[in-house]
Amino acid sequence: MDSFVQEKHHHIEVISSKRRLFDVRLRELWNYRDLVMVFVRRDFVAQYKQTILGPLWFVLQPILTALMFYFIFGRIATIPTQGIHPFLFYFSGLTLWGYFSDVFTKCSNTFVGNSALFGKVYFPRLAVPLSIVISGLYKWMIQSIVLLVVLIWFQVSGVENINVHWSLALVPLYILLLALLGFGLGILFSSLTTKYRDLSFLLAFGVQLLMYGTPIIYPLSFTSGMMRKLLEWNPLSGILENFRYALFSVGSFDLGGLVYAVAFTLAAFTVGILVFSRVEKSFMDTV
Amino acid sequence: MERIKVEHLYKQYRLGQVGTGSLIQDVNRWWHKVRGKEDPTLKVTESNDRSKQGNSDYVWALKDISFSVNHGEVLGIIGRNGAGKSSLLKILSKVTSPTKGQITLNGRVASLLEVGTGFHPELTGRENIYLNGAILGMSKREITQKFDEIVAFSGVEKYIDTPVKRYSSGMYVRLAFAVAAHLEPEILIVDEVLAVGDVDFQKKCMGKMKDVASHGRTVLFVSHNMEAVKNLCTRAILLEHGTIVSEGSPSHVIETYLMSRNQSDWGREYREHEAPGNAFTRLKSVQLKPLREDGKPIITVKSSLEINISFWNYVEGLVANLSLHLYAATGECVFNVITQIPPPTIGVGLHHARCVIPKELLNTGTFYISFMLVQDTSKPLFNFEEVLTFEVEEERETTNWHGKYPGFVRPKIDFKINP
Repeated sequence: MDSFVQEKHHHIEVISSKRRLFDVRLRELWNYRDLVMVFVRRDFVAQYKQTILGPLWFVLQPILTALMFYFIFGRIATIPTQGIHPFLFYFSGLTLWGYFSDVFTKCSNTFVGNSALFGKVYFPRLAVPLSIVISGLYKWMIQSIVLLVVLIWFQVSGVENINVHWSLALVPLYILLLALLGFGLGILFSSLTTKYRDLSFLLAFGVQLLMYGTPIIYPLSFTSGMMRKLLEWNPLSGILENFRYALFSVGSFDLGGLVYAVAFTLAAFTVGILVFSRVEKSFMDTV
Repeated sequence: MERIKVEHLYKQYRLGQVGTGSLIQDVNRWWHKVRGKEDPTLKVTESNDRSKQGNSDYVWALKDISFSVNHGEVLGIIGRNGAGKSSLLKILSKVTSPTKGQITLNGRVASLLEVGTGFHPELTGRENIYLNGAILGMSKREITQKFDEIVAFSGVEKYIDTPVKRYSSGMYVRLAFAVAAHLEPEILIVDEVLAVGDVDFQKKCMGKMKDVASHGRTVLFVSHNMEAVKNLCTRAILLEHGTIVSEGSPSHVIETYLMSRNQSDWGREYREHEAPGNAFTRLKSVQLKPLREDGKPIITVKSSLEINISFWNYVEGLVANLSLHLYAATGECVFNVITQIPPPTIGVGLHHARCVIPKELLNTGTFYISFMLVQDTSKPLFNFEEVLTFEVEEERETTNWHGKYPGFVRPKIDFKINP
């Protein structure tokens, strides 16, 4: 009987205080893949329970924001948009920005927001930010379909002549970059906020500031000098610019910006994972 | 076959605000370092490096714990609050990591430190079964397989598609436990889950735990409920101040635990000039002594309690009464007794009084005693507050129910069914 049980379950685990530098158990995370998907579902279902419009809000949010921008920045401030219709310009940028900021903000709340749960049961902590990346992806896909519909409508009604560039094929890469960047920075902030709660206040303000520091309501070409230099440090700039180029073929393909974004993202992702895996072991003692 | 092997386990916690505070503290530390000055919190870091014991900024929740649990065993872990039980469970459940030492787990672990962990109030019962099951480590397929069984066990079939926020607390707990009961780990870690729920639920819970153990799985069970430990466990360990002080058969370990209760708490003695009191009276001593047929110095519901009071009286020809109040830990007065009427007249000097609280009167729980010296049955001379605190432990004939009886008293009252 004993040997039978032993054979059936070859599951030996050692808990110790020793830490490896890069302690990420991908296999374990894979074993908990069902949990990740349950979290994704929970986020979707719980968010829109007792709302009339339900998931329609996923779509309405960026549309309403784009409309607001259209009136304020397009009509009142009249910031140029490279000849692209301002609404399309803002809406396309907002879908990408929305994905990044959503992942970043929610991931940064991983530890503090789930401390009650984490204090009672073990599962790979990365399941939480991972589920955020996935549920954000669903939202982005829904928004992209709406963007597509809007683009077609503009084309058919003749308001805008849309000229798609071959680099549209790189959109999955752009999304991957945004996901990894939001995830990496998010879990990094999440780890730091277990110790410094001040950061969560800073973050709310910082994300807002970052939106204006990213070419969403203006093209990068609109800026110059110091401002331009500063914006080029922002890894999101290259992604946003290239995405719009892929859609409208206005401006030029920015390879340098893309390479920089890839490098920055990989660095942020690595640092995030390193710090996160260090903090997850003992954060219950400090939270 | 060893399922759990714990070797030289240590857990240290940092006390107070040190380091858990703001960025400013850390910046301050860094700034001192940069200027080559002494780190303002160096004392703390130093002791951390050496893992020095007894430093006031650190506390060892667990010190050199080693034990192992075999296949099919049910190990009970008992000890007072703060003895390190929760820390041990948290480390075993991987919620936090040890400071030193190692644990080897041979098999899939499920820990129930709480029922209904992760339940989301907006989701339906059905959705929460999947959510909770997945959090506890079940795969979607496993949950789907057992879904009907879980629902049947919980008895909330009718409301399975209603958000759990509309559930009564009883339904909520039953559903949560039903999920947990259908876990099939080789190692199950359970903490005080029996403390919640109604009698019915507790019965179901205990039955399931016995079931789990009889199927050759290993259970680690932490409880304050001595009866449950005695009934369920095959072996027990007693933790005190973070170390194992006793290990062996549950009844033996429980007895050690009851005997080890801080007996210095059961008596107080003062020197005259520092004794509590005033110009009329001072307290010399209070002593509590359990009286039992077996002579064991333990306080259970079956121990009579003898209280001896010695006090100095400074009032010549005092017409004296003592009035004794017994309070429950929550502050309610359970009863008040007074010494004989008509009251005796006593002179200046040391006097003694004795009170016996009969066995089978008080329920389990913590109680404390205050008493007053009263003149002419009307004028209190001094109120000696909270002079004694004690805890009454459980001791009962085997019943299938192991919960706590409600109420402050549990008098032996004749009550029978005529068969």
